[in-house]
Amino acid sequence: MSLQQKYPKEIKQILSKYPPEYKRSAVMPLLHLVQKDEGFVSKESMQEIAGLLGITETEVGSVVGFYTLYQEKKAGKYRMQICTDLPCALRGADEFFNQVCEHLNVKDGETTQDGLVTVEHVMCLAACDRAPMFQEQGPDGIKYHEYMTIDRVNEWLQSLKQVETGEKR
Amino acid sequence: MSHILLRHREIPDLHKFNVYKKNGGFSAFKKAVTKMSPSQVTDEVKNSGLRGRGGAGFPTGLKWSFIDKNIWPHYVVANADESEPGTFKDRELMEMNPFQFLEGLAIASYAVGANVAYVYLRGEFWQIAEAMDKQIAEMEEAGILGDKLFGTDYSLRIYTHVGAGAYICGEETALLESLEGKRGQPRNRPPFPAVAGLFGKPTVINNVETFANVPMILANGADWYKSIGTPDAAGVKIYSLSGRVRKPGNYELPFGSTFRQLIYEHGGGVQDSRPVKAIMPAGASSSLIVANDKVLDTPIDYAAVRTMGADLGSASVIVLDDTVDLKWVISKTLKFFKHESCGKCTPCREGTFWMNNISKRMQNGNGVKNEDVDLLLNVAKQIQGKCLCALGEFSTMAVVTGIERFPEEFNRA
Amino acid sequence: MTTKQVNVTINGKTVSVPAGITVVEAAKMTGVDIPVFCHHPKLEPVGMCRMCLVEIGAPMVDPKTKEVVMENGAPKIAMRPKLETACTNRVFEGMVVQTQTEKATAGQKSTVEFLLTSHPLDCPVCDKGGECPLQNLTMAHGPGKSRFIYDEKQNLDKQVPLGELIYLDRERCIQCARCVRFQEDIASEPVLGFDERGRKMQIVSLSEPGFDSIFSGNTTDICPVGALTTADFRFGARPWELSAESSICTQCPVGCNTTLNTRREAKAGGEIVVKRVMPRQNEEVNEIWLCDKGRFAYHYAESKARLTKPMMKKDGKLARASWDATTKFAAQKFLKNKKDFVVLASGRLSNEDLFNLKSLADTVGGKAILYSDMGGGDVTKLVGVGAGTNISKMGAGDAIVVVASDLYEEAPIWWLRVKQAAQRGATLIVANARETKLDKFAKHTIRYTHGNEVKTIHDLGKKNKIGDELAKAKNAIIFYGSDGLGVNGTSALASACGSLLKETGHVGRANNGLIGVWQRANDQGAFEMGFEPVADLEKALKGKAVYIAGADPVGDDPNLAKALKGAKFVAVQDLLETATTEIADAVFPAQAFTEREGTLTSGERRVQRFYAAVPAKGDSKPDFAITSMIAKQMGVILEGSSVRVVFDLLSNSVDAFADLNYDKLAETKEQFPIVGRSDMYYGGTTYENTKGLGVQLLPMAQVGGTVRIPKVRKEAALHPKEKEVLAVPVNKLYDYGITVSSAELLEQRIGETKIAMNSSTAKKLGVEVNNLAKISFDGVSGEAIVSIDDSVSAGVVLVPRSMGIAIREPIAAKVK
Ligand SMILES: Cc1cc2nc3c(=O)[nH]c(=O)nc-3n(C[C@H](O)[C@H](O)[C@H](O)COP(=O)(O)O)c2cc1C
Ligand code: SF4
Ligand code: FES
Repeated sequence: MSLQQKYPKEIKQILSKYPPEYKRSAVMPLLHLVQKDEGFVSKESMQEIAGLLGITETEVGSVVGFYTLYQEKKAGKYRMQICTDLPCALRGADEFFNQVCEHLNVKDGETTQDGLVTVEHVMCLAACDRAPMFQEQGPDGIKYHEYMTIDRVNEWLQSLKQVETGEKR
Repeated sequence: MSHILLRHREIPDLHKFNVYKKNGGFSAFKKAVTKMSPSQVTDEVKNSGLRGRGGAGFPTGLKWSFIDKNIWPHYVVANADESEPGTFKDRELMEMNPFQFLEGLAIASYAVGANVAYVYLRGEFWQIAEAMDKQIAEMEEAGILGDKLFGTDYSLRIYTHVGAGAYICGEETALLESLEGKRGQPRNRPPFPAVAGLFGKPTVINNVETFANVPMILANGADWYKSIGTPDAAGVKIYSLSGRVRKPGNYELPFGSTFRQLIYEHGGGVQDSRPVKAIMPAGASSSLIVANDKVLDTPIDYAAVRTMGADLGSASVIVLDDTVDLKWVISKTLKFFKHESCGKCTPCREGTFWMNNISKRMQNGNGVKNEDVDLLLNVAKQIQGKCLCALGEFSTMAVVTGIERFPEEFNRA
Repeated sequence: MTTKQVNVTINGKTVSVPAGITVVEAAKMTGVDIPVFCHHPKLEPVGMCRMCLVEIGAPMVDPKTKEVVMENGAPKIAMRPKLETACTNRVFEGMVVQTQTEKATAGQKSTVEFLLTSHPLDCPVCDKGGECPLQNLTMAHGPGKSRFIYDEKQNLDKQVPLGELIYLDRERCIQCARCVRFQEDIASEPVLGFDERGRKMQIVSLSEPGFDSIFSGNTTDICPVGALTTADFRFGARPWELSAESSICTQCPVGCNTTLNTRREAKAGGEIVVKRVMPRQNEEVNEIWLCDKGRFAYHYAESKARLTKPMMKKDGKLARASWDATTKFAAQKFLKNKKDFVVLASGRLSNEDLFNLKSLADTVGGKAILYSDMGGGDVTKLVGVGAGTNISKMGAGDAIVVVASDLYEEAPIWWLRVKQAAQRGATLIVANARETKLDKFAKHTIRYTHGNEVKTIHDLGKKNKIGDELAKAKNAIIFYGSDGLGVNGTSALASACGSLLKETGHVGRANNGLIGVWQRANDQGAFEMGFEPVADLEKALKGKAVYIAGADPVGDDPNLAKALKGAKFVAVQDLLETATTEIADAVFPAQAFTEREGTLTSGERRVQRFYAAVPAKGDSKPDFAITSMIAKQMGVILEGSSVRVVFDLLSNSVDAFADLNYDKLAETKEQFPIVGRSDMYYGGTTYENTKGLGVQLLPMAQVGGTVRIPKVRKEAALHPKEKEVLAVPVNKLYDYGITVSSAELLEQRIGETKIAMNSSTAKKLGVEVNNLAKISFDGVSGEAIVSIDDSVSAGVVLVPRSMGIAIREPIAAKVK
C-alpha cells in the first residue's frame, strides 16, 4: 500500500507546516513516517516521497544517506541504540554496551536471532546524567530508556516479547 | 534562590497548560503584543544583557535588531538540536517547562515581525516533539497562537520540525538547510541568516534556553535581569553537569558562580572523592582546562572562561578526575567528530578521519609513539583556522589542549 | 553595460578589476593562478574544498571619523587573522590579497595533503592523468612524502556506472560537488547527489535510467579529478596522446563549438580516429557546455556502412565505378531531364555544399528543395536575432517566447540557456499544445489547441497581461519550432511571429528577433542559400530527375519511397548506405564533417567554421566537390577544390554574407571566464577557443532594408472524422536518425517508439496503456507503444518524428 493510501491525514498535516512553494521541507517528516512504518526506508517509499514533493529520487536518497536515524537496510524490529559517547562512557556506558552484547549474544550492529533487537552504538543523546542509557527506535517511534542495568534491559525485552506474542498492547 | 528557567523544580506540573497559565504564563506575550511595539520588545531584551545560550554567547537583542526589514516574510527558528555531548539542558526545559520556552519564542517572533516560527528538534527528541505539538495546539485553542492575537492584527503559528540524527544540524545554517529538506551542511556566510535565512528570507535563530529567558525578562524588566549575573554575562545559566561527579544533572546558577560551587555544592563532589584533573566546560568541543584551585574558584562568565584558555559554549561541563586517561578522552571526542563531520569541507572531513586513525593507533595497546603524538598535534593545527564552519575547529580543541596542557599523559613530559 | 572597476592589490601588484568578481577571478585576470577545486567560474561559489586559501586585508577605517587610516601616505591595511577562501570573497576597493605568503602556501599545501589522504595514487592509469588539477596541484603545492599510513586509507568502489554513459571512481572523488552543483544549478536535473556524510560521503544517482540527464557529459569535463569519466572515453587514450581540432556540432541548430580529440589507433588499422568530442568555449553559443547527443553521437562517421566508392546502376544493379564515369552518368541524365531537375538537400550539409547545389539548380533551371518539415527561413532572414545576441546576457526585463517547440528535445543547449535566462528573471512565455520540460520555468504557459498556433501569437499582440509584458520587454526573442506542425503550419507561424516582433519593436537589435528551432544543424544556412522546403514533397519528386544530398527520403517515408521509385533518375550523395542509396541510379560517397572543412549557419544565424580532424574515408569527397564534378560534366563551372574559394564566391553572391570572409570567421577575442590554457584546473578540461567564434549575420531589419513579412494563407483546420484522431508530429532528442542510432552508447536512451495521448482518448480508442497499438494514415502505418500524457488535448495523438512512423505534418489517423 502506498504512503498516501496509508497516511493521508498525516501527510496533509505535515505538508501544512511549510509554505507550498517549499514543500521539499516535508521530506524529513515524511521519511520519519516511513522509517517508523517500515523499520527502514525502502526505495519505493523514496520514489513516492520524491513524487509527492516534486523532487528527484536522488535528492530524497541523499537526505536519507545523511541522517543516521534513517536506515536503508532492514534490521531487527527494534533498534537498541546505546550511547557510548564521552559523558556516558565516563559513567560506564562502554561496559554496559559489552554486557548487553554478551547478554544478547550479538556484536555491535548485529541483530538477535529472533530478529527482535539490533544493538548499535550511537553518539550523545542528551541524557548524559542518566547513563547508561539507550534509545529504542522501532514501530513506536523513538523512546529513551535511562539509568539502565542489565536487569532493566531484561524487563524491557520481556515487555517487547509480550507485545510480539500479543499479551500486551 | 528560586529558579528562573527550571521553575518546574518549584512548581509541580508546570508542563501543563493551566498550571503554567495560573503561574503568570503568557502574560508577557500578551503584554508584548498588546502594549509594546516590536522594537520596544527588542530593546528590552537588548537592555537586559541577555546573550545567546547556544554556544557563541552573542547578544540576543542585538541579533534581533539585525533582521533585514526590506525583505519579507521573516522567520524565527528555535534551535532545539541539542547534540553537543554533555548538553541536556534544552531537553529538560522542553520536557518540564515547555510553555515558557514557547512563550519566549512567540515573543521573539513578535519582536521581529515573524508570523511563522519553527522549532527544530533533534530527531531523537521525537517524544518531546509529539508533546510539543499538543502544547502548541493548546495554545492555539486558547487564542495564544493563531490569527489576530489578543484582538490585534498580529498572527503567529509555531511548527515543530524533527531532525534525524546529525550533530551538525545544531550549526545554524546547517539547521536551515535541514529545515529546507536538504542535507544538513553549513552554508557559506555571508549572507547571514538575518538577511537570507530560511527559504532565503531574513531569519532569527536562537537556542531554546535563550528563548526561555525572554518571558521573564519582559515580565520583570531588563534591569531586574541585568542585576543577576556579572557585567559580562547577565542572568542565569543552566549548567549541564556530567562526567565523574556524584550528582550529574542540570543546575541553574547565576553567572559568576564558580566551578567549585557547581561541582561540589550542587554536583555532590567527584565520584570516589578523587581530585578533579580537567574540566571540559563546553562538551566534546571543549578545550581541556587544567583544574586547580584558581580555576575552581574563579567566578565564571564568558570572559572568565576565556582566561582559562577555553570557551564556555553552552556550559555543558564534563568533569574528568585523575583516573581518566586523556588519550581515551581524545579518542572519544575524535570518534564523535569523525562521525559527525558533514563532509562538506576538506580539512574537517579528512582531518577528523586522519586524527581518528592516529588516536585509534594510540589506543591499540602498542604504546604511544612520539611520532604519532607529533603528527596528531600537527594535523589538528593544520585543521585549525581553515574550515567552513566551527565543527572542524571544535574537533581539534581537546586534542591540542590535551597534548599541550597534559604532556605527561602523552609521554612528552 | 559598463561595470564599476575597483582597485585591488594582488601579491603587491595593484590592478583594476570589475567590482564584485571573486578574488580567484581577479587574480586569474592579472595572471596569478590561485589553486581551486570546488570553485568553477560557472557555478555559485561554495568555498568547500578550502584549496584557495589566501590572506586578505582591507584598509583600516577609523570607527570615529569613518575615514581610512593612512600610514606613510598609503592606507593602513588590516590583514584578517584567518586564511580566507579566495573563491567566496569578492573584491572591494583597496583590498589586499596575498597568495604566496608562507601562511597562505601552508594552507594550500595542507588542503592538498588532506585530499591525498583519501585519494588513490593511480595517476599512471587514470584517464585524467595529464590534465588533472589534483595531479598538477600536488606537483606545485603538495607535500613531498605522505605522512599518512597507507593501510589506513579508505577503500571504495572503483568503476561504478552511474548510468550507461558516465562512470564513477569513488576513490578518486574529492567531494568538491562540482558535478552535483552542475546538475542542480545549471542543468536543473538534480539526479546526482551525495550519499552518507563525512569521509564516507560519495556520489550517487538513484534516477532511472541512471544519471538521467541529457547534460551528463559536462560533469566529466568539470570534475577536477578522474572520478567521473565517460563510458565512451574511459581507458580510451591518455590526454597527452591526443591531438585537438576545432569543430562544430552538427546535431542541432544551436551550433555548439566543439573540439575533436583524435589519435592514431591500432584498433582502427593505424588510422587516425576521433576519441572524444569536447566543448570549446563560445560564450555566445554554448558557453562551455555540450549536450550528450552532441558529445556521444559522433560515431556515425566511423560506421561500417560508410560509402567509400562511387557506384552507378548497370543492368539494374549498383556497381562500383570511377568518379569520372559516375559523375558523367549523372550529368547526362540531369541534362536530359533539365526541365525536371530537382535538387533535394538537407541541412546536414555545409553552406558551401548548399551554395554549389543551389548554383547548379539555378543554372540548369531546376528546383532546389530543402529536405525538412519546417518552413519560415525567409522570415528569419528578415527578422532573425540581431548580431551580438547572447542569451546568457538576458535576464530581468527581457522576454523570451517559445512556441510550438520542445527545446529540451530539439535544441538542448538553448533549453539550458533559456531556462537560465528565466532563472535570472527574464519573462519566459511557453506556448504549446502540450506540456514540455520548459513549462516549469515559465512565467506564463499558454496551452492552445492544435491549429491555433498562429492565433496564439496574434493574441500576444493584443492588449492583455502577457501581451503587454512582451511589448514592454527591453529585449524579446521568439523561438518557434515544428512541434505539432508541418511545413505549412510552421511557415504561417513564422510569419505571425515575425509580425509580432516587428510590431513590438523587437527586431534589428541584439537579443531581439526570431529563431527557428530547425530540425537540422544547417537548415538556416540552406534558407540563406535559397533552399525552401515544400509541403507536398511526394508530388515534387514524382517523375523528376532528383539529385539528393544528405538525406534518406526512401528510408524515412514510404510515400516518398514510392515517389522516388517513380522518378526518372535518382543520384544520391551521402556518408552511409541508406534505403535511398539502394534505389539510386548513381551514388557518391561524401565526406563526414570530421574529415573536411566548411561553414555552418546556426539558428541564431551565426556562421561558424569547422575543420578537418581526421583523414577522409576511402574515395569520399566533400559534397561541394562532388557537385562541382557533376556540374562540370554538365558544362557548369563551380569551384570544387577550395572551401575558402567557395566561401568567397558565396559571400559575393549572397547578400547577407556580403561582409564576411573566411578568415573573419576564424577570429577570436578574449572570453570570460578564462578556461583551458596552461593551468587546466580552472574551468575543467574545456578547450579554449583559438579557431574562431564565428560571425552573426545581420538580419534585414538590422541592415535597414525593408522588412516585409510574407503573408501566409492560413490552412483550413483539420477535422478528423468520427473514429479518427489528429496525429501530430513531435521531435525527440534521441531518435532513430542515423546520426544517433550509430552511437551504441545512446541506444538505450532511444527506447521504443511511443505515441502519446491523454487518458480519455486512450479509453475512447480502446487502446491499452504501455501496449502496442497500430496507427495508420495516408499510406503510412506502424506500431507504437501507447503512453499517457494528460496535457495533450482530447482526440490528439503525438507521434515522434524519425521513430519509424513517417509523419511530416498534422494528419487525420486511425489508431487501434
Ligand atoms: C557544530 C555546531 C553545533 C551547534 N550545535 C548547537 C545546538 O545543538 N544547539 C544550539 O542552540 N546551538 C548550537 N550551535 C550554535 C548555533 O550555530 C547558533 O549559534 C545558536 O543556535 C544561536 O543561538 P543563540 O544566539 O541563542 O545562542 C552549534 C554550532 C556549531 C558550530
Ligand atoms: S567544518 Fe566539518 S562540519 Fe563544518 S562544513 Fe566543514 S566538514 Fe562540514
Ligand atoms: S574553497 Fe575555494 S576553491 Fe574550493
